Amino acid sequence: MNEIILRVRELKKNFNRRLVFDKLNFEVKSGERLVITGKNGSGKSTLLKILAGVLTESSGSVEYILNQKKIDRENIYQIIGLVSPYLVLYDEFSAFENLSLFAKIRNLKISDDEINKILTRVGLLERKNDLLRTYSSGMKQRIKYASAILHNPLILLIDEPTSNLDIEGKNFVEDLILNFREDGFVIIATNESQDFKYGNRIINLDEYKNNKNK
Amino acid sequence: MKNFWKFLLFVLMTIVIIGTFVPPIVQYPKSFFEFPLIPGLEDKARIIFFHVPTAWLTVLAYLLAMFYGIRYLKRKDMYDDIKSVSAAALGFVFCILATVTGSVWAKFTWGSFWHWDPRETSIFILLLIYGAYFALRSALDSEEKRARLSAIYSIIAFLTTPFFIFIMPRLMIGLHPGSLEIDPATGQVRASSNPVIKFEMAANMRVVFFLSLIAFTILFFWFWNLAHRILKLEHVSQKEI
Amino acid sequence: MKKIFYIFYKDFSSELRMRFALNALIMFVVVAVSTILFSLGSESVAPNVYAGMFWVVVFFSAMSGLSRVFVSEEERGTTLILSLIANPVTVFLGKFLFNLVLIFFINSVIALLYMFLFQEFLIQNWNSFLLAYVLGNFGISASSTIIAAIISKANVKGTLYPVLAFPVLLPLILMLIEITKSAMEGNPISDVEAELLVLISYDVVMITASILVFDIIWRD
Ligand SMILES: Nc1ncnc2c1ncn2[C@@H]1O[C@H](COP(=O)(O)OP(=O)(O)O)[C@@H](O)[C@H]1O
Ligand SMILES: [Mg+2]
Repeated sequence: MNEIILRVRELKKNFNRRLVFDKLNFEVKSGERLVITGKNGSGKSTLLKILAGVLTESSGSVEYILNQKKIDRENIYQIIGLVSPYLVLYDEFSAFENLSLFAKIRNLKISDDEINKILTRVGLLERKNDLLRTYSSGMKQRIKYASAILHNPLILLIDEPTSNLDIEGKNFVEDLILNFREDGFVIIATNESQDFKYGNRIINLDEYKNNKNK
Repeated sequence: MKNFWKFLLFVLMTIVIIGTFVPPIVQYPKSFFEFPLIPGLEDKARIIFFHVPTAWLTVLAYLLAMFYGIRYLKRKDMYDDIKSVSAAALGFVFCILATVTGSVWAKFTWGSFWHWDPRETSIFILLLIYGAYFALRSALDSEEKRARLSAIYSIIAFLTTPFFIFIMPRLMIGLHPGSLEIDPATGQVRASSNPVIKFEMAANMRVVFFLSLIAFTILFFWFWNLAHRILKLEHVSQKEI
Repeated sequence: MKKIFYIFYKDFSSELRMRFALNALIMFVVVAVSTILFSLGSESVAPNVYAGMFWVVVFFSAMSGLSRVFVSEEERGTTLILSLIANPVTVFLGKFLFNLVLIFFINSVIALLYMFLFQEFLIQNWNSFLLAYVLGNFGISASSTIIAAIISKANVKGTLYPVLAFPVLLPLILMLIEITKSAMEGNPISDVEAELLVLISYDVVMITASILVFDIIWRD
């Protein structure tokens, strides 16, 4: 059984002169489900990108500790899956080709059958050979989920989980979040009150807006 | 005491200007206040007191810009980037001055404005690098990206300098002091016989020369200090969101 | 190692489908070489002028095609997914490999065109030319890839690319011209030993430095 801890300390981010959030401190452990909320523009997506290691913070620190060992920044991509409205997959390839390329680039030992299984889970099996260019926005959201769980990550970061999804898609997401592996954790950024039920803890980013010490 | 440097600069600059233009150039200097005549150069030798300091400051400014760029990457302090870009802006100005003073002088001594000797080529490349640095900055609209990427570019461009300093003089015919040339009779490399290249300064010229280097360096740091403080004020005054 | 190859493979397959870089490159080479052909007419110039013109065409075709590796990711918004599936060093080396293959291909096209179209473009010493050709391609690919990463983050990508790349590539191009001249005159390889050493150190320095700084460029 793995134990993973995310430790965020005094995290601050500004874009040029705009402060997004400051003095953010929290910890997330295996088995938890954290919901991050806040107004539009409060920095939910920004925070998730920083946690995923694709955006640099202005100050403060983000640490992942797996079984008491700190994970290097270059390697956290191996344990994280991200779903985000900003995520764009390669639209000149089909769903299957995208996943199979990602598996190869990640150096995963994964068979075509397993890829098909994941495609079945997200309900795209019939359309797996169509180019993503021809996908609807809901289908694109589904393939993002497929790419996020492909490597069986310990950590799932989901930005606006149910956007563009139909009932069936929403059920899949609910199942994914509630039955996520027990040694991992999920962080959900959302504004929809119906999504709040997924979390066992809520952080409201609006509370980290003003720089009180200034 | 705060203005001591400015006072010192004033005194030094005065000495340098007088020392550059007043001493007569005579065939056999008898007093300390006469410069020796160098055939082929005559009065044109005086440029060295201005030309060399501007070239030196061009290089110094680049090193400073890169140093503060690297410091920005380490500390993410926007003030480091401000220091870096101020140094680069001054370096750019001095680079233009060095190029112009050099090529005007070259016109009268060597017959045309430009010769592509190793030093001329190097300063031209440096001018291009400064130009590219500012072109890059103006194409980036986020402050942090601008600071980060221009620092990286200054490092990458710097990696080519050993080539210009050590390799190119072997490849091209040099016209600057200290260059070598190929003896047409024997094919051997030898010290050049060109009057500029074997140019050696008399003791009194050397005094003026080094005073000038010091004076221009102080002037540079004064400018730089003013420039980055002004930019910092602008930066702070806009910082309210 | 495998990961690097698969980044390359991804770009390669997408290149086969979309022809991001190749079409532009081939057209550029055709246009550039015919311009030279027309402007020369039936005149013949000194052989070593061809050495210069050869590498000038190579430089500009690099400038017209090699930036696509990062610019196309940035324009389509796929930078995010790429940074989620691989670490920065892997990404850089994959892109470097892709550019390397591209420049090898395009340089061979240019060299063949030169040999067919210009009788005076005669290499006498193939050893030194081929060494320069290989080392030169590594250097051009390394510098072009890292500069492409920088400009992909900027607003005006196309014009900025040659502006930033020229000062960095100039030492390399000058060396390559020297060696090619010497190869055309049939001088022994020992004559250009120093130049070849400079090429090797250029390649090593540029590749190492690029790997070290790429992470800072790559992460927003
Ligand atoms: N690349 C960027 N450059 C400048 N400002 C940005 C950038 N990305 C986000 N922002 C700003 O940061 C703030 C937070 O954005 P975001 O994290 O997308 O908010 P949310 O997801 O909570 O709606 C917004 O004010 C937005 O304008
Ligand atoms: Mg958002």
